[in-house]
Amino acid sequence: MRLPVGIRAQVYGWLLLLPALVLLVTFTHYPTVTTLYHSLMSTPKGARPAVWVGADNYHAMAADPVFWQSLRNSAFYALGTIPISIALALLMAVLVNGKLPGRGFVRLAYFTPTILPMIAVANIWLFFYTPGYGLLDQVLGVFGIGSHNWLGSRASALPCLMAVAVWKDAGFFMIFYLAALQGIAPALGEAAAIEGAGRWYVFRRVTFPLLMPTTLFVLVNAIISSFRLVDHIVVMTRGGPDNTSSLLLYYIYDVGFKFWDTSYAAALTMVLLAILATAAIVQFAFLERRIHYQ
Amino acid sequence: MRGEHHMGGPEMAPQTPQRSARPGTPVTLLDPPALSASRETRDAPRLRDSFTDSDRRGRLSFGWALETAAAWLLGGLWILPLAYAFWTAFHPREYSTRFAPTAPLTLQNFVSAWDAAPFARYFLNSFLLVTITLAAQLVLCTLAAYAFARFSFRGRDVVFVLVLMQLMVMPDVLIVENYRTMSRLGILDTVVAIGLPYMASAFGIFLLRQTFKTVPRELDEAARVEGAGFLTMLWKLYVPLAKPVYVAYALVSVSYHWNNFLWPLIVTNSVGSRPVTVGLQVFSSGDQGVDWSIITAATLLTSGPLLVAFLLFQRQFVQSFMRAGIR
Repeated sequence: MRLPVGIRAQVYGWLLLLPALVLLVTFTHYPTVTTLYHSLMSTPKGARPAVWVGADNYHAMAADPVFWQSLRNSAFYALGTIPISIALALLMAVLVNGKLPGRGFVRLAYFTPTILPMIAVANIWLFFYTPGYGLLDQVLGVFGIGSHNWLGSRASALPCLMAVAVWKDAGFFMIFYLAALQGIAPALGEAAAIEGAGRWYVFRRVTFPLLMPTTLFVLVNAIISSFRLVDHIVVMTRGGPDNTSSLLLYYIYDVGFKFWDTSYAAALTMVLLAILATAAIVQFAFLERRIHYQ
Repeated sequence: MRGEHHMGGPEMAPQTPQRSARPGTPVTLLDPPALSASRETRDAPRLRDSFTDSDRRGRLSFGWALETAAAWLLGGLWILPLAYAFWTAFHPREYSTRFAPTAPLTLQNFVSAWDAAPFARYFLNSFLLVTITLAAQLVLCTLAAYAFARFSFRGRDVVFVLVLMQLMVMPDVLIVENYRTMSRLGILDTVVAIGLPYMASAFGIFLLRQTFKTVPRELDEAARVEGAGFLTMLWKLYVPLAKPVYVAYALVSVSYHWNNFLWPLIVTNSVGSRPVTVGLQVFSSGDQGVDWSIITAATLLTSGPLLVAFLLFQRQFVQSFMRAGIR
């Protein structure tokens, strides 16, 4: 006996979905809920089981200078790296969009850092920054500037990590701009040129506004990746010196897997989730108007 | 990108493929190609090039020279750290920071690195990791995407929103709780545990769903009239039509999981399960002294397969990702 079409669609639909859904719930939705739950419990120690402590972990967080410093660092890191990498990505895309001798090579140079593992990139830059004989100090030495402990000093550690992120991300974002630029009808630029508009004017008044959806898309992704990727910190500074280069996710890793204070790590994760949720809401508010999931 | 930035970029970002179907809106790395390519999009590069030509002949030739110089300067700056790494890795130690044109080339650093740590095993682990993860992703995402694209069942839209949540709340940030789950499942320190949280990929489901939706209903109905079952149709009709999307997704997934570091670092604890990224970190932070030549060689070694694959398939990358006139 065959089931009616409507019922069959229900059954088959859910059956097809089931395997993916089980994994998705197990590793995304369930841990999100348990993060909240564990953030309200104490960390079990030895024979002492976890007990309900309410907002204690959050009170501890509010009084934890390292948390605030990591949060500030994360904000500084995002505000520093995102605009620079997006601006560079746009510049790169415009530069390699037109005719250019050796265009293929230049594109390759911009894009290659993207496909390298962050861990490899961090090792390369670690050597780059080595005091005394790293390339950076050697180049500066030519100009008579003495050696500097780039990753070991409080003022320069975080900016040095940010440079690495910009180097790695700009070429990736460039791809999106390049694709968008090639979708813009050239007739627009031609029309403006006939009217006597300069290239900068055309860029500012025609091209850039048309790239706005791309910019928003890249922006959201840049925000997410700035909070999500801390591999280079593990390799280059381990959050130091004095937590001046500790980002939020790195601090979670430290608390969760070095001090094994899992409840406090859960409370910290809630903050990170709140930040990501805000990014999601922003994306839906701004991008959804243009995109309809059909 | 990222995502699986990715191409890695570690996190390769979700994209909204349908935007690319229209000219004047972004075509991205990962939109479903072929199915929706419009004539206008394909003609665009040729038209623009002629526009640039007339520019170049005319009043903007100085500006053009300036732009070329800027592009090359930035390109040189961008390749510098990598060029430096190559110099160090391929020259004897005493030349690692001395740039003498006469310095002899050597592969000794690679040999030393290979001998100093179980890189062969790390490579095997990474290879298993990306293969198992990709295989699972392809199967799970295809089935789920087919359900979302072609079946109307109760609760579909709600579930779809739940799936999309993973685009924001990625496994990368839920490390503490996922570690707990792996521990309870008793699979800590295994290759499967590294890949498991990523196997149901919202990005993959979304991407394939968008592609499946572009398959004309008439084809679907014609197949049904001929008596094809829904799984036959998926296999014979939908999957072949989405082939370019599968290729693009596979490239992104492989580079993301080859490059992934923090979660594998947390969940693995022995040579038998560590991927190359974690192996490299254990190697370079161990007591090697600071022999930069060997560490740099090991670094290039770990990025090698991906770098070579990228250089070889650059054309493919570009064609399936951007669908525009790049060479």
